[in-house]
Amino acid sequence: MSTEQWMGLVTGILFGFLLQKGRVLRFEKQVGAMLIQDMTILKFMLSAILVGMVGIHLLAGAGIITYGHKAMNLGAVLVGGGLFGIGWAIMGFCPGTSVGALGEGRWHAVFGILGMLAGAAIYAELFPFFQSTVLAWKDFGKIALPGALGISPWIVIAVFWALTLGLFVWFEKNDL
Amino acid sequence: MKRRFDDGGWSPYLAGALVGLLAIASAYATTQWLGKTKYLGASTTFVRAAGVIEQTADPERVAANAYFAKTKVKIDWQFMLVLGIFIGSLASAASDKSYKLEAVPPIWEDRFGPSVTKRAIGAFFGGIVAMMGARMASGCPSGHGLSGMMQLSVSAFVALAMFFGFGMLVAAVVYGRRAG
Repeated sequence: MSTEQWMGLVTGILFGFLLQKGRVLRFEKQVGAMLIQDMTILKFMLSAILVGMVGIHLLAGAGIITYGHKAMNLGAVLVGGGLFGIGWAIMGFCPGTSVGALGEGRWHAVFGILGMLAGAAIYAELFPFFQSTVLAWKDFGKIALPGALGISPWIVIAVFWALTLGLFVWFEKNDL
Repeated sequence: MKRRFDDGGWSPYLAGALVGLLAIASAYATTQWLGKTKYLGASTTFVRAAGVIEQTADPERVAANAYFAKTKVKIDWQFMLVLGIFIGSLASAASDKSYKLEAVPPIWEDRFGPSVTKRAIGAFFGGIVAMMGARMASGCPSGHGLSGMMQLSVSAFVALAMFFGFGMLVAAVVYGRRAG
């Protein structure tokens, strides 16, 4: 295996370990968040984001790493995001957690994984059609919120931290 | 912040914060050693895996497909990351004895009964729709939800709102609101 593959594998093992320890891989945690009954996955995701955004912006600001923003293609993100939400609710796993759920014995995740492989193949077949329709509506490019607002990322990060910590307090108060 | 960890799990705040550190370390390490900053993600791997499988049946079709050409069918960093998630989860579940064979998840069973066939059909078609959406949006809750949000990408905020917005809508319709 190449260095690249080894690095991916080691990172993935640590990621999978933490996903399982955080108990976010389960169907009932994912659907529980959608039903606003159990916010474990949001606590997990938002905690990762709070910590990650500080380090990523420090490193990128110092020129040590580069950003890899995904394009704000209006049709792609709105229609694709909506489709994903619909499928996610039925399947009860997202792509990363499906593999992790299989690892902790929830073997029904295999049906979702097979469906996702089929979905990827179907998307590849229909790609030319989407390219000339949904993907062609309006592309704002690879933009970041601080740039779009014309303010320092640190202001956005401070506001995001404050709002998220408030949300955490609300989660705990309501025992979610 | 009490209960729920009695099965050996960690606080989701702690495990999540550690994933944040992992994402930072990984962005730094990939830049240093691979020359390109890589961010956590998962859904592109399903395209590559589909391509690898399809290649065994019809290599010409894969070679001629514009999307496979764009994505490049190869066993790359993220492909190994996704395999690693399986191994890491297995190791963690084994370490605290939370490994559990499950054919039908409880919330699903409450609504649709214990039929494995029903669950299989639901998950399969849910998977098709979810992956088509993730590829259209260029990301899933890892790529948009974690990596995009950490970078404050505009697309991540919109995608995550759509993921949860439609997820909540469909979940409410499909599973109903059970008393907490």
